Amino acid sequence: MKDTVGISLTLNGTPVLLEAAPGRRLSEALRGDLGLTGTKVGCDAGDCGACTVLIDGQPVCACLTPAIRAEGRAVVTVEGLAARTADLQAAFLRHGAAQCGICTPGMLTSAAALLEVNPAPTRADVEVALGGVLCRCTGYAKIISAVLDAAGQGGRPDPVDMLGAGQAVGARIERLDGAPKVDGRESFAADHMPAGALWVRALRAPHFAACFTLGDVGAWAAAKGVQVFTAADIPGRNLFGVIPDCADQPGLADGRVRMRGEAVAAIAGEPAVIEALELDDFPVTWQEEPALLETAAARAAGAPLLHPGREGNILIGGLVHTGDPEAGFAGAVHIAEGQAETAFVEHAYIEPEAGVAWMEGDVLVIRACTQAPVMDRDDMAWLMGLPQDRVRVIPSAIGGGFGSKLDLSLQPLIGLVAFKTGRPARMVYSRRESMASTTKRHPAKMVARAGVDDEGRLLAMEFDGDFDTGAYASWGPTVAVRVPVHASGPYRIPNYHAEARAVHTNGPPSGAFRGFGVPQAGILQETLFDDLALMAGIDRLEFRRRNALRDGDRSVCGQQMQGVGIGPCLDALQDPWVRALEAAEAFNADHQGVKRGVGVASCWYGCGNTGMPNPSTMRLGITPEGRLRLHQGATDLGQGSNTVIPQICADALGVPLSEFTFIGPDTALTPDAGKTSASRQTVVSGNAAYLAGKALRAKLLALSNMGETARIGFEPGAVIVTDGAERRRIDLAGQPVDPHGYALAVEESYDPPTEALDENGQGRPYAVYGYGAHLAEVEVDLALGTVRVIRLTAAHDLGRVINPMLAEGQIEGGVAQGLGLALMEEFIPGRTENLHDYLIPTAGDMPEIVPILIETPDPEGPYGAKGLGEHALIPTAPAILNAIRHASGAKITRLPALPHRVLAAIREAQG
Amino acid sequence: MSLYLRPSELQEALAALAAAPVRVAAGCTDLFPATERAALPGPVLDITGIAGLGGISETPEGLRIGAITTWAEIARAALPGGFDMLRQAAREVGAWQIQNAGTIGGNLCNASPAADGVPPLLALGAQVELASTAGTRRLAVAEFLQGPRRTALNPGELLLAVHVPKAAGAGASRFLKLGARKSLVISIVMVAVRLVARDGRTAEVALSVGACGPVASRLPAVEAALTGLPLADLARAIRAGDVANALSPIDDIRADARYRQGAAVEVLRRAVADCAGALA
Repeated sequence: MKDTVGISLTLNGTPVLLEAAPGRRLSEALRGDLGLTGTKVGCDAGDCGACTVLIDGQPVCACLTPAIRAEGRAVVTVEGLAARTADLQAAFLRHGAAQCGICTPGMLTSAAALLEVNPAPTRADVEVALGGVLCRCTGYAKIISAVLDAAGQGGRPDPVDMLGAGQAVGARIERLDGAPKVDGRESFAADHMPAGALWVRALRAPHFAACFTLGDVGAWAAAKGVQVFTAADIPGRNLFGVIPDCADQPGLADGRVRMRGEAVAAIAGEPAVIEALELDDFPVTWQEEPALLETAAARAAGAPLLHPGREGNILIGGLVHTGDPEAGFAGAVHIAEGQAETAFVEHAYIEPEAGVAWMEGDVLVIRACTQAPVMDRDDMAWLMGLPQDRVRVIPSAIGGGFGSKLDLSLQPLIGLVAFKTGRPARMVYSRRESMASTTKRHPAKMVARAGVDDEGRLLAMEFDGDFDTGAYASWGPTVAVRVPVHASGPYRIPNYHAEARAVHTNGPPSGAFRGFGVPQAGILQETLFDDLALMAGIDRLEFRRRNALRDGDRSVCGQQMQGVGIGPCLDALQDPWVRALEAAEAFNADHQGVKRGVGVASCWYGCGNTGMPNPSTMRLGITPEGRLRLHQGATDLGQGSNTVIPQICADALGVPLSEFTFIGPDTALTPDAGKTSASRQTVVSGNAAYLAGKALRAKLLALSNMGETARIGFEPGAVIVTDGAERRRIDLAGQPVDPHGYALAVEESYDPPTEALDENGQGRPYAVYGYGAHLAEVEVDLALGTVRVIRLTAAHDLGRVINPMLAEGQIEGGVAQGLGLALMEEFIPGRTENLHDYLIPTAGDMPEIVPILIETPDPEGPYGAKGLGEHALIPTAPAILNAIRHASGAKITRLPALPHRVLAAIREAQG
Repeated sequence: MSLYLRPSELQEALAALAAAPVRVAAGCTDLFPATERAALPGPVLDITGIAGLGGISETPEGLRIGAITTWAEIARAALPGGFDMLRQAAREVGAWQIQNAGTIGGNLCNASPAADGVPPLLALGAQVELASTAGTRRLAVAEFLQGPRRTALNPGELLLAVHVPKAAGAGASRFLKLGARKSLVISIVMVAVRLVARDGRTAEVALSVGACGPVASRLPAVEAALTGLPLADLARAIRAGDVANALSPIDDIRADARYRQGAAVEVLRRAVADCAGALA
């Protein structure tokens, strides 16, 4: 029976005949059948709005629209929008409104629909119109500004002129990779659909803990017309993990699963077969086992071990000890004690994992969304039993990562299918699959106490935390080590003892998520410090200024600190703090049922790996034709490294950005720039790019025998070096070329100078730290426990601001994630595996965000720059919690601060 | 029959419904999220091609809202004050995209305890018109909704329209929804309030609460207690016990039952006060 029909529609102004099943999602028809992949799919449930298209001018979710409904209608996608609303796209670029770009098509179509019916919208109108599209990167601030700008209702940034040599660092330039993000051309992992590819689905565990046996898989596969691959098919070592010494996760489970959603089999077939496939009758028999879902149960005596040899289910513990905490507490005038508990937090990038693998000769090529191409390559080589040079990883454009896309997800499945069948293999995770099976932020159960002298100076602190690391190691060790180093906050504490443990449970693996456990620790530390300030009778901001680290101080790891910017950040908040306190007081005098409050919190965060090597390498070459190319292997998840690293390199070399062509990332074409995590790319890869720029400049100056003030330019087949009236020509045409095809090239590495921590956590864990402090102003409804954040002032020390617009975008996005962490985000395995039960902030939930950029140069960073990506979210949640308490008395010890928890805490405070 | 039927005539739809079980599709905002497939699993009866099922029209007895009328259409319709709460609810269903697709009939047939459209329809005393090849019947919304995901629809029956009596348009009304975020949110508690005043006192009071029990419900005891009171006294005359007796909330991921009990009282008081203020 023929189940497709001809559907006549007008698509982006052109009549089109679509042949599709009437009930097919319009999103699938547009992307798959008509090849318009600008429309993105984030949830297939109307929860994210990424697939928003216009039907007769009205925005709808294409994923919820049967294709037949397009019959006789005019459908406009982002590809068609580009021609009609160029102002809007330009405004998105001008404001930096697209970071990763995955929500951008939905934002643009929704905004275009708004401007059609309401050419002069207010901010509130824009928030409502965009309320159906989720963004995880931007905090919505720049998107709303861009829409208002396009409508002539908001500010327009001054245009940045064509930049000359040496003018790139510090310039508010549009992202260099921005254009395809606003016209629908950007190719994310799911957008690549090679002809002839097998499609892949996974059979996943329905239980938290179980053993299983497989039945007659061959017969099932034959009956279904598919191929099935299981653990027995994995040619190499069936284990992977981001930390090689702890690799413990199977590519496909072998007889036992330790978490819900663990992959048991990869099923490959023709697209139509896979789309229609039912997995209910897959021949597998489960023997469910008791599951450990809390760290306390997992640590209890006699609890079964998830991994042999990890006693007490403790993967690893971290410790930092300095001074004599007992003596410190003995001398303290005030001692505050506290505890806090946080939930699993989902990264909730709008792009579910996707990728395609294929064979090129005997090389396995994987094009997928990833933050760590070289780590992916190495792990895939292990799994497939191949040497590293027979695996090539090409990162696609990536629709948000925030740490989770550091780990392998579907790469073992598509890699295995391509390797075994020789055919391209494509897989796209469903939203449920993505949320169930990929990493999360560690839930933490923490206790701490801290003491001060009679002037409010910190004398001692103790911290202890169990971090639920879930079924597999992932980044658990990193969290356990990072937390004790950072749990002091950016403060001088002479006597300190902090421990954190990564504890296995049958939950999803907890991995990297913007801050590696530091945001959780910061919640307890910063709320505890409010207690101390109140006990000591000191203004809460003054308390922090008094204790803030300064240049030359030693951190709790004994590291002598340089370029410390926390003081200037707190200083920058002084005036806003006073104004906010006065405003809250005035408001509260006039209002009974709702009260306003103000809170402050600090952060610090070490950039890069903790006391371990962490190199990045950049290659810069000039072709015989005179083209300048930067091989840049750092993945840009939206945070901006594709722009920031070239800005640094351009100024180091001393040529305008416009001279550059960019290559990569691609493990076959770019040297290892390391992973995009730990706020390291600006500092570490930025330094490598700086060194490469300087090295090539030195080479060119030497070849032309010119001095440091010379200018470098390019002509076909030559480099021209000038200084005043002097002009020298370096001919490239006759030069021999290197294996990469360059007449002249340099390759430079940078590895931050760190020292491993000793048994007391003493050493030099990071070369560079960044600092920040947030001031939250909130309104609490005393009868309902609801919280509205009114304004968030975020001061961040970046050392040197390479690109102010991108920096603001990082801050605004970090604030949004911090607000979600504080107020609404709680992942419950098996229960909230979608984006309507798991809530992230929408456009209307965001406060006004006031970023303040501080520059306290770091001696080690490129041009003095420090990292920012993770810092931006760390202080938000504790600042909000401190503000809630100031407003209402409510002390929140369990996050998120959902209305019922806030109300209970208000009642408790009222006694 | 075809796996996907999209008739233009009601009789054809009813015949198909009578012949075999089919999935009735309108806005599809609940059907698609229930599957991960690329297409709606069939057989599907798509009723959006039937002309008579859409739109809002006046009838001798009141107002008829066709089953496939979208929330966006309801939000922008010019309707009397008693319908303000329905139009306000329409603007809180999901977000713009969902309001452009989701229908009033689908909202009722999906029978979610947290359906945004239900409390206002209860407070409007609305009825549903159901049809099958055997004929049509009317049922109060309160009787139509029988529990979470359960309705009084018989096999072969289709919801054609919602009818609201003319008198229900009188007075002022208010819908308030409490959730953990601004857009795209499933309610913790929602209330609908409709008041008719005469000489500064209430002549009619209609109250309902959603997301606090298996189905949204009217609050007859509270309504009785408020009827005839001065407008200014209404909010404080709401007794928490009367509200609690009408509800049976549960603990879930969004809130616990105890919170819902208290929040329902508070939100109800606010909506009543707001509504009374509009009438004063």
